[in-house]
Amino acid sequence: MASRQAADATDPAGQRELLSAGDVARTIARIAHQIIEKTALDTGNSDVVLLGIPTRGTSLAHRLAAKISEFSGVTVPTGTLDITLYRDDLRHRPNRPLEPTSLPARGIDNTLVVLVDDVLFSGRTVRAALDALRDQGRPRAVQLAVLVDRGHRELPIRADYVGKNIPTSRSEDVAVRLAETDDADCVVLRREGGE
Amino acid sequence: MRHLLSTEDLDVATATSLLDTADTLKQTLLGREVKKLPTLRGRTVVTLFYENSTRTRVSFEVAGKWMSADVINVSASSSSVGKGESLRDTALTLAAAGADCVIIRHPASGSAHRLAGWLDEAGTQVINAGDGMHEHPTQALLDAATLRERLGELAGRRIAIVGDLLHSRVARSNVHLLRTLGAEVVLVAPPTLVPAGAQHWGAEVRHELDPELPKLDAVMMLRVQAERMHGGFFPSAREYSIAYGLNEARLGMLPEHAVVLHPGPMLRGMEIAPAVADSPRAAITQQVSNGVHVRMAVLYHLLAGEEITA
Repeated sequence: MASRQAADATDPAGQRELLSAGDVARTIARIAHQIIEKTALDTGNSDVVLLGIPTRGTSLAHRLAAKISEFSGVTVPTGTLDITLYRDDLRHRPNRPLEPTSLPARGIDNTLVVLVDDVLFSGRTVRAALDALRDQGRPRAVQLAVLVDRGHRELPIRADYVGKNIPTSRSEDVAVRLAETDDADCVVLRREGGE
Repeated sequence: MRHLLSTEDLDVATATSLLDTADTLKQTLLGREVKKLPTLRGRTVVTLFYENSTRTRVSFEVAGKWMSADVINVSASSSSVGKGESLRDTALTLAAAGADCVIIRHPASGSAHRLAGWLDEAGTQVINAGDGMHEHPTQALLDAATLRERLGELAGRRIAIVGDLLHSRVARSNVHLLRTLGAEVVLVAPPTLVPAGAQHWGAEVRHELDPELPKLDAVMMLRVQAERMHGGFFPSAREYSIAYGLNEARLGMLPEHAVVLHPGPMLRGMEIAPAVADSPRAAITQQVSNGVHVRMAVLYHLLAGEEITA
């Protein structure tokens, strides 16, 4: 019965919407609250830095920073960390263009870096991000915030802040769309061979 | 992109992507104490140089090392080439020994193409680091990168290439690339140093420098390649310098924003006056540092992508 319901919610292109624009906004607000609480941002802890992993992680990091500022009044420095040059699968994929890395002017030494990405899957992107961070400086600690955790980890990595856990099969694909880069905010599950 | 042999093979999208990658790599490494990326770990890059070179070889070596590739330098004088081994056998030896990429500098035009033909089957990639009087694509890319930094977009810009066009691989590569990127190119040289067919390159050919100067956004001086000259191409170095040397008076005739480039090595006092070479309008050392980032970008595009199965 459950599988029938899921099948009913799937559109002809093989896509199922898991989070609507409203859900995405609420999820980001919730993660912002959790970051404030866990890092004690509003009680004078001023060493937190948000680093987005391009492309959508960067948009999410900026949205989180805006929410954190709205809820706590604290402006969190935000940057971008491109991990392409640190990937271990470069020879197994077509060439990908590089994105600029931009860190806050104060750098990341002795800060609490919160890495922000859209989907947590194998964990290899996060591993590459940790390597990239090491070349940029020595943070006091590193945390991870993701909008979606879809499972299938290949490395011992877990997120500190998860918007939504979505159990998936390997043949499925989770696509996060954000207004900054796509036409609208949503998260969809696609069957392999779909759009 | 399988090999980088000629700028003629680069379309706008590929050329722009290489320049953008070089720019991002430059920003990525800016101010870093440790300039090392793990991107090409485990890949082997061989520089095979049959001609002397300082900046190109060092620049490729630094580029490879900054991306963690294993870089091996082979020069003709210190290898079996000295015993009479052919280019083909030397190249096949390097491929058999595990080279993923061979960067070749050779006095014969077309040698990089021949090498690519021989190494294609082995899956070894080839970068042309200057073949005779034919092409030097990474030099053209680093010139374009420097011009983009100084002038912004190149479309619609007017750029002169001045001097020994006949023996210059830099000129050919630059004409193709600058035109691909939308710039207007004017070639200025004495008639004896204009190669046959240059009028078909898509650039204007002129023999007088002074009337061109006020219209230019950039001027690229070339080295007079005495080592390739067998015969008299101009009466004397002094006369060449008077007609085509970029001196301070000529620098004054250029628009304020115009940039001076030289691929090096410079013959100071002949093609370019020392005061011009050292002026803030000259981008000569900037060209060298951009050379490293451009070559990193080329290695990234050739070696980091999906594995090519022969």
